[in-house]
Formats: sequence, C-alpha cells, structure tokens
Amino acid sequence: MNGKQLRLAKSYLWEVICLLSGFAAMAVLFLILYYIVRRGAGVINLSFLTNLPTPVGVPGGGIGNALVGSAIMVGIGTLLAVPQGIAAAIYLDQHRESRLAIATRFAARVLTGVPSLIVGLFVFTLMVLRTGSYSALAGGLALAVMMVPVITLSAEEMLRLVPSTWREASLALGATHRQTVLRLVLPAATKGITVGIMLAIALAAGQTAPILLTALTSRFWLENLQQPTASLPVLIYSYAITPFADWQQQAWGAALVLVVMVLLLNVAAQLFVAARNREV
Amino acid sequence: MAESVTVENLSFWFGKQQVLKDVSLSAQAREVTALIGPSGCGKTTLLRCINRLYRLYSGASITGKITVGTENVLDPHIDQVELRRRVGMIFQKPNPFPHLSIFENVAAGIRLHGLAQGREVAERVESCLKKVALWEEVKDRLDRPGTMLSIGQQQRLCLARTLAVEPRVFLMDEPCASLDPVSTMRIEELIRELHKEYTVIIVTHNMQQAARISQQTAFVLNGEVVEVGRTAEMFVRTRDERTEAYLTGKMG
Repeated sequence: MNGKQLRLAKSYLWEVICLLSGFAAMAVLFLILYYIVRRGAGVINLSFLTNLPTPVGVPGGGIGNALVGSAIMVGIGTLLAVPQGIAAAIYLDQHRESRLAIATRFAARVLTGVPSLIVGLFVFTLMVLRTGSYSALAGGLALAVMMVPVITLSAEEMLRLVPSTWREASLALGATHRQTVLRLVLPAATKGITVGIMLAIALAAGQTAPILLTALTSRFWLENLQQPTASLPVLIYSYAITPFADWQQQAWGAALVLVVMVLLLNVAAQLFVAARNREV
Repeated sequence: MAESVTVENLSFWFGKQQVLKDVSLSAQAREVTALIGPSGCGKTTLLRCINRLYRLYSGASITGKITVGTENVLDPHIDQVELRRRVGMIFQKPNPFPHLSIFENVAAGIRLHGLAQGREVAERVESCLKKVALWEEVKDRLDRPGTMLSIGQQQRLCLARTLAVEPRVFLMDEPCASLDPVSTMRIEELIRELHKEYTVIIVTHNMQQAARISQQTAFVLNGEVVEVGRTAEMFVRTRDERTEAYLTGKMG
C-alpha cells in the first residue's frame, strides 16, 4: 500500500466511523419511539385520555387527571420561568462583563447541572413543609426552577447573536437602550429564544423526581392548586414498577401521550416561528 | 437647518490606551468635512464621540469639548436621545433593521421621536425615499424586508431612515466601503446634495472620494489631527510632509 492509498483508506475509515456514530444516535431515538408506539398505541383511545385511573383489574382506567395535572404544572412553570429567564438574559447581554453578570451566568450553568431530585427537595423544604401539603403550585415552582437557567442561558446566546451594528443603528437614531432591546433586539432573537423555551418545556414535561417530591400524585381530578396533583411522569413511574400487566400497559400508553405532546408543542413552535418570519 | 460642529482639545482613551490626542477641528455648516488617514488612526472614534456612541464601549474616558450648534455634547446632562436625532449616523456596513419592512425602516425614527402621525408618516417616508432616489425602485414593495434590497440600496435606505428624523448633522463612517463603484457614485451624488442643507462629516479611506465630495479635509494620524485645510488647496499643496507622504502613497 503506497502513501496515497493509505491516506484514502484512513479518510474512508473515518467517514464510516462518523456515519455509524450518527446512525447509532438516531437509532436510539427511533428504538425508543418504536417501543413506545408498539407497546403503548394499543391502549390509547378517547376514554383512556379522559377517564380517571381505576384500581388494578378494573377496566376503563385512564390518565385524564394526570394529563390535566401535567399541563397545569408545566403551564405554571412556564409562566414563572419565561419572563424571569428572558429578563435575566437581557441583563446578561447588556452587562456582559459586570461582576453580577459573571456570577449570574456561573450560577445558571451550575443550576442546569444540579440533579432534579435536589431541586425537588429544595422546593419540598421551601413550600411543602411550610404549607403542610403537596400541591400543583409547588410542582410548578419546582419545574420553574429547572427551566429558568435553561431559558436564561439559551436566550442570552440568542441575544448575543444579534449583531452590534443593528443595535448601533437603533441607538444612533436616538432610541434608548430600553427601546432598542424591546423593539429590535428581542424581536430579532425571537426565533432562537422560542426554541430555547421549547427545550425547557420538553425538559419540564418529563421531570419525575421533583414532581414526586412536590406534587406527589393523586387518583382524582384536580380541584384546586393547593392539593396533591397527578402528572404523567409520576403516573408512568408508579405504574411501570407494579407487577400488574394492565397498569404496565397503561404506563406505555401514558409515555406515548407524553412524547406526542412534547412533539406537538415543538411543531407548533416551529410553525409559529415560520409564520412570524413570513410576516416580516 | 445645518449646525456647525466644533471639536476642542479632545482626548480619548480606551482604558490606558490613548486613541485621540488633543484634537481640535471645526466643521462648518453646509459643508462636507472629510477625515482621512490610515486604519486605526482614530477617525471612527472621533466620529463616534460627536454623537456619543462611544459610551457603548466599556473603559472609555474622554476630555475636551465638542459643540454641536451651541450645545456642549460632552455635558453629562445632555439629552442623548435628542442629540442623536440632531446628529445622524451612517455606518460602514449598511444596517437596515432586519425585522422591519422598507417602509417601517424609514418610519422607525419618525415614530420613535413622534415626529408625525397617521397619514403624515407615509408622506414623510415617501419624501425621504425620494430624496435618496430610492422611491422609484421600491414603491411597489414597501412592505418587503429592508434587508432584501441590494447593498447599495440598503445604504440609501439607511440614509432615508436618518433623513426622516430631520438631523442637523450627518456623520458618515466610510459609507461606501462595502459598495460597488456605481452605488458609490450614487451615494456621493447624494452627499453633494445633502451638504446644501446639512453639515456632513465623512470618514473615508478613498482620497479621490475626499477630493470629489469635500470642501474641507482633515488628515488624522496616530490620534492627532496633522493637518486641516480646504480640500482644493490641500490636494495641491500640503503643509505637512506626513500628509504629503500619505496623499502620494508613500505611506498608508
């Protein structure tokens, strides 16, 4: 084998390795989806989505209350985390090198790495022990704590991508910093910020440990935000570890619902962004 | 209504590095003053002191006095918003607002400063686009993004956007640096028109351009104004040998 052949062979080998790695990553996703659909699709019908859970062996059990509970807690988390995350990102972008900005950025990075169980314990101590009850509010707060750093860091990245020449154009025209941020920088970064928020929502929707420690679970409909609340991840977890075949199958079904919900949310966000881009 | 710009004993530092050294310069109303000199000599910084855009940079410090009309621009209590309405700026790279239509790009400043309402906004946008000779090219697609225009058109759009807020002074930072020769010619024509009503201070690397469009030229080197004079005289006979070296291509 001469030098040229060796070089080509090496190049070829690398290409194959990269290709296989790519396939491996995709294969995991598709295997997960395949199993969830194969095992879960069978139980899904309208009454499964709208009914309350039933005891083992009683047919007709559903995940209605868990679906509502998850939606409400993720909703609370989003409402709390989005304004705070974006506001923090604006601060970080405006005062890039200030001490507070550096400290905030560091804290946000650390927070993204804190195990979700610890976040759950934190909110458990903060709210559940004080109020004396597990609640949807505590669950939403725990999710917000998980979401804020993700939104802050991704939104800051997106704000930074807005070229300084655009900001200068706005300031040179006589706009204040506030007007420049609200009317130019934020709109220009909307697309990326939306993607970051979607990631945070997807992350929150699947959280199990923090919800278990803050909202616990419930087998009834949610009546107010101050009582224990059912959620999809906790339902999946508690059903999956039982020895009962019908509950196990319902866990697969609930998993499928969760995945499809996150997927739909992402598609909706993409459509929203595409529609916005067309407007301009 | 043009206003003159006077710079007196201006010094400027980035941290410990002194960028401008005791600069004095006077730009007459209804004239074009060209700032020439090698890259990094401080021309752009000088321009950005006049509309106080230098305050964006951290670690900037400044001494001296800059007067626009009768007002000291470096007075910390000055209304910056009003100053930047009176002193417009055109940048090296055309920077129309990317999320706004052609129409809204020009209307942005009008709305920002509340200079007109309702139908008047549209009239003003039209007259500004006509002044920069862009109206005929864009009147059928005013709702399209400003960024879809050619680079030369974008720069004229930026000129219209600045015109719309009725400035007294135009600061131009190498406005033709990213344009082709034909677009450059059109911008130069506009500058020759503009200086009848406005004060224009333009940074340029193109000495022929300075000769073509300016009445006064200042040669800046290492943060100092080496020589200021009437353009017609300066290009014929320089007083400082460093200017001579630069103009004849021995330096720069």
